Amino acid sequence: MIDRKWLGHELPPSVLAIERTRLQFFAKAIGETDPVYTDPAAAREAGYADLPAPPTFLFAAELDSGATDRLLADLEIPLAKLLHGEQGFSYHGTACAGDTVTVRSAISDIYDRKNGALEFVVKTSVATNQHGARIAELRTVLVCRH
Amino acid sequence: MHAMTTPSLLTAAQVGDLLPPLQLPPVDRATLALFAGASGDHNPIHIDTDFARRAGMPDVFAQGMLGMAWVARLLTAWAPQRQLRRLDVRFQGITHLGHAMRCSGRVAELLELDGERCARIELLSANQYGQARIVGDALIALH
Repeated sequence: MIDRKWLGHELPPSVLAIERTRLQFFAKAIGETDPVYTDPAAAREAGYADLPAPPTFLFAAELDSGATDRLLADLEIPLAKLLHGEQGFSYHGTACAGDTVTVRSAISDIYDRKNGALEFVVKTSVATNQHGARIAELRTVLVCRH
Repeated sequence: MHAMTTPSLLTAAQVGDLLPPLQLPPVDRATLALFAGASGDHNPIHIDTDFARRAGMPDVFAQGMLGMAWVARLLTAWAPQRQLRRLDVRFQGITHLGHAMRCSGRVAELLELDGERCARIELLSANQYGQARIVGDALIALH
């Protein structure tokens, strides 16, 4: 069982510098061929300051920083038992290459189903840019299968 | 500045409209390896068959966020990303090697959000056997 003492736990902030080459790599990995996501000139023509980070990209912040690994270790959820249950984003702006985004998360719920065979951890996050403007909120439901 | 590609189409969106579907090729190991690196998700269960088998899985399988990134491609091909207000999905099952996902969306509702006219899109990503793997909703501003 995941210790309920982690309810309300705040993760250390994760700072993600958004770089063109990383976004180009991400576009390749997901098969995105729209030049808005790979060619800075096309991005500017479409009205973005530089290559936009695609809608799900900010999930990388806590993976890159190690905050996700640390959380799983704290909660004693082995990678072999981990599933992703739900993911949500609400957007207030578009982060672009050149921006630095900070993601701050807290554990907002922990519950179980099927007599404890499945445990759920809900993490809610706020992403802000280098000007302190809110870019997005994220909601993640992690599942531990027993 | 050039005009957006689809503004007249978007403002004319009606309940029941279907987004042009996005058909993906079958999931292979190379795609999973590339996505692991690009997304920062280095969990070996998606890239190391030995690890996956020790975890009781038949083989490596797709990252949930890869499937969600494909759903997001469906949306940004329909409307510019800056008009995306929300994207919420539920992962309903594992996407295995060989699964060829098809992402589809339907305008389910037109509504006002913070003074903006928005479309709520119902989303589905299903494999070639018709099994739903991701379901969800998006809100897109229409202007």
